[in-house]
Amino acid sequence: MRELKNDPFLDFFRVDERFPHILCPGCGIGTTMATMVRVFLDLGIKQDELCVVSGIGCSSRVTGYLDCDTFHTLHGRALPAATGIKLARPDMKVVVIGGDGDIMAIGGNHFIHSARRNLDLTVIVVNNFTYGMTGGQYSPTTPTQERAATAPFGNVERSFNVCFIARAAGAMFVARSTTFHVAHLKKMIQLALQKNGFSVVEVISQCPTFYGRYQGLGDAVKMLEWLKTRSVDVEKVANPWSVKDRFVIGVLHDQEEVPPYSQLYQELRNRAKEK
Amino acid sequence: MILAKTGNEAFAYAMKQINPDVVAAYPITPSTEIVQLFSNYVSDGEVDTEYVPVESEHSAMTACIGAAVCGCRVMTATASQGLALMHEMLFIAAGLRLPIVMAVASRSLSSPLNIHGDHSDSVASRDSGWLQFFCETVQEGYDTLIQAVKIAERANLPALVGIDGFILSHCQERIETLEDQVVRDFLGRRKPAYNLLDWRNPILVGPATLQDYYFEFKRSEIEGMNQVLPIIEEVQAEFGRIAGRKYPVLEEYRCEDAEAVVVLMGSACGTVRVAVDRMRAKGKKVGMVKLRVFRPLVHSLLKKSLVKFKKIGVMDRVDAVNSYGGPLFTEITSVLYDTDERPWVFSYVYGLGGKEFTPEDAEMVLEQVLTGKEDELVTYVGVR
Repeated sequence: MRELKNDPFLDFFRVDERFPHILCPGCGIGTTMATMVRVFLDLGIKQDELCVVSGIGCSSRVTGYLDCDTFHTLHGRALPAATGIKLARPDMKVVVIGGDGDIMAIGGNHFIHSARRNLDLTVIVVNNFTYGMTGGQYSPTTPTQERAATAPFGNVERSFNVCFIARAAGAMFVARSTTFHVAHLKKMIQLALQKNGFSVVEVISQCPTFYGRYQGLGDAVKMLEWLKTRSVDVEKVANPWSVKDRFVIGVLHDQEEVPPYSQLYQELRNRAKEK
Repeated sequence: MILAKTGNEAFAYAMKQINPDVVAAYPITPSTEIVQLFSNYVSDGEVDTEYVPVESEHSAMTACIGAAVCGCRVMTATASQGLALMHEMLFIAAGLRLPIVMAVASRSLSSPLNIHGDHSDSVASRDSGWLQFFCETVQEGYDTLIQAVKIAERANLPALVGIDGFILSHCQERIETLEDQVVRDFLGRRKPAYNLLDWRNPILVGPATLQDYYFEFKRSEIEGMNQVLPIIEEVQAEFGRIAGRKYPVLEEYRCEDAEAVVVLMGSACGTVRVAVDRMRAKGKKVGMVKLRVFRPLVHSLLKKSLVKFKKIGVMDRVDAVNSYGGPLFTEITSVLYDTDERPWVFSYVYGLGGKEFTPEDAEMVLEQVLTGKEDELVTYVGVR
């Protein structure tokens, strides 16, 4: 048994075993992780009732730091693993956390199909617009024309809008926030966790080591200022889906709940048993 | 030119000189740097390559196949899970007889997650029909990658060139390089056996062949692989003439009058050399047989070499989990089965997940093989 700190927040982490973490100085993933844990505490989600699943990448390292059931799977494969966990234990809260490379590129297919199925879990996509762990290659969310290790003259590809895809693929709840707007981020994660169905929170996060450096955005503080000035609240725009050069933050989509996948699956099992 | 380069840098530099038509890749530790550095050559206009950063390794190999079918010279790089994700496409590349060349910075496979060097990724792809080269040094990696392009294109088979992850991929060495033009003259243009884009002669690639032709196609692929060894030797000789460096498919190191030898592949050969020297200095008759080509399996050369020794230790940097010894061990015991001499063969599994393998470990292995006292079939070197 490990020694408890008698602090619910600290006791949610494997402080003695896994810290210090491997994230670069100024990274936004720590902010996201801490905010997520504060939401778990606020909602009274117990460590025994929670499973956090991740793939591979910087954001996916989060699972290693949490003291609850966690599964660090393969690159892109967090959602299929989470599907199995949710079907085996529909009573459990399942949260997937991963980055833009993990969830939108190699795991992109799983993302749209999990949304289509309305799998009742929450996906937190930490979008820092780059593959950080492997050295700053451009990812499917890197905006067109921006520079990356694999795009020194600018990315010629078009980029994904994570929230737009989530909504189009059938997510029940879609929100966006940033690592600058911590209180707002907490609210968004809280709403997502309370939604019964496939819910997505895109967290725009700073990567000063790679993305920030390639765009000349400066250090973490400057990047946080950039997140602040680039963001606009969803209430203040006419059509959040047509805004091009700002991060529209807030609840972008919240629809009436329909029965989620695990419930439908359980009902099917019950019907089959009756026959 | 003499340069200081890591394994990844040397591979990227070789790729620049090879100047492939298409490179498609996805980042993965520890091979990311290869294509990362190569992409710099692309953006600096030093190569004519179409560089495609795809969304997964499966797509990377598929894009490579698509380009190779159109007659292009195609390369990629990957490791570990990336190679595992390519698995189904590896068979397609080989079955379509496409000479794609892949640089691999060998790394262990999950689970547990580990980013360090062992041969589980390449060896797991053993039966896919790819030629497989394992290199001892960065220099050998550079030289082999260039040769592999020519070998693959003559054999019409894809080739994988492996350096041990981190041990070589991130370790800087002094290497001697060739001039760009020398490499380009050495390789010439690819002359494809068929070309999908030859619209005057339309062809269908990849149709279903069931009981009628599948077996015959596979048999011809096998025959293609059976005929690779002379091509490798021929290309090595040609390369030796321009570079002055020669790498035998099978190298015997201080094996004259040896009573015991170990057989292995990859970077640990360098470690074993040191151990052999130390033991020879003490008057112990030990040696090393370095295998550079894992596929095709050079059974005739192995047989000819190994029957000379009484005791042989076969060292695998990978375990085939509950097979009868490591993967190279089982190959070598079957090669030696129908010989009259039937040497004693012992299996050693070492260095999984990048576990350090020191000259002292190698001495211990050589000592054990020499005394021939083995209680168990497989010895796991240095495992706690």
